Amino acid sequence: MLDLIARDDQATLSVAVDERPARAELRRQIGHLERELGNLVSEAFGRVEIEHRLRPATAEPRVLDLGGLERVRDELAERVSQARLDLRERALVETRNRELLHEVQTAPAEHKWVKISRHDVGEPGCGGWHSRPHLGPLGMLMGWWRVKVSSGCPLAGRLAAVER
Amino acid sequence: MPPGAASPVGWEPSPRQGWVAPHIAAEFPGLGIAWTEAEARPGKSPEPVRRRLRDLSNRFYGGQAIHMRERPIPWAYRVFFRQIGLDPDRNRTPVEQLALQRLRDGAFRSQGLPDDALTVATVETGIALRAFDAERLQGGLCIRDSAPGESLPGRPGELEQGTLTIADERGPVALLFGDTASGYDAGRESRRLTIAAVQVKGVPQIAVDEALWIATATLNSG
Repeated sequence: MLDLIARDDQATLSVAVDERPARAELRRQIGHLERELGNLVSEAFGRVEIEHRLRPATAEPRVLDLGGLERVRDELAERVSQARLDLRERALVETRNRELLHEVQTAPAEHKWVKISRHDVGEPGCGGWHSRPHLGPLGMLMGWWRVKVSSGCPLAGRLAAVER
Repeated sequence: MPPGAASPVGWEPSPRQGWVAPHIAAEFPGLGIAWTEAEARPGKSPEPVRRRLRDLSNRFYGGQAIHMRERPIPWAYRVFFRQIGLDPDRNRTPVEQLALQRLRDGAFRSQGLPDDALTVATVETGIALRAFDAERLQGGLCIRDSAPGESLPGRPGELEQGTLTIADERGPVALLFGDTASGYDAGRESRRLTIAAVQVKGVPQIAVDEALWIATATLNSG
């Protein structure tokens, strides 16, 4: 019996396996994952940091074997899956912030001093919303709360003035 | 040409196609190398070329750099980099490297000819181009893996067997998307240049021809 097992062991069977179709399939998967990762990186830009770098498989360009291609494919798949997760979590945070913004705008007095930036709700730009009293301390005493909308990024002239 | 006759398609001399080692071509269908030659006047770029770089800088924004990897040709090069073991976020593809420099410097800065010609052609088309001193090359260019004992002139040590290279009839003249052998670069003393384009799967031939045409025309305008 042991002889039979030894005889049928894969190592002792000199079967030549053409690995080229497997490599071609892995390269196709790498292309697909690279496209997906590219889309996710673009979608996440400015909203959440996404790790998209891989460990280089080799120092110099070469035809990767099955193991090398599998490693690249697996790392890409991991990056894609992590990027999806990060984006989903970020989307949840942004949704909660949008709901909060709606509440702040509806009843600013109930959300005193709450400040929400455009980044917090997933919008581009530097502006934001700030619940603050009208006419400063008098407004605070009188309960005149309102939402002040920031107009956006500081002007270049102002930034230059700060530098001076 | 007689009046009314259709103008010929293409341009003369048309780009020459190099060969790819059969076992490499079998692994990477669509991989190719094409090149053309141009008279060289290396040195400071003339005003029309610098103006073209400025125009290109004004047409190129951060948004384009961010979404670059979603465009078909830059994506094709990124995928090929992954497939040959390079990380395109560390060893950047030529067009992404230029995009990064544009964002960092605020413009495509003139580096003189032939670099500016390659920059214009690469940014316009996304094609990976490189220039060699044509007088140093012997015979046509090809893409092949290195044989045992081969080395890249100017680099210490032998190349690891199987390294993908651009080679002429004598031996490797550059790593594929890597260093150029010492002395084969287009330098100030070069009088004739070979502009080579590496094509990968997903990159249309017309884009390669256009890139070589733009680079050659820009060089000739100098």
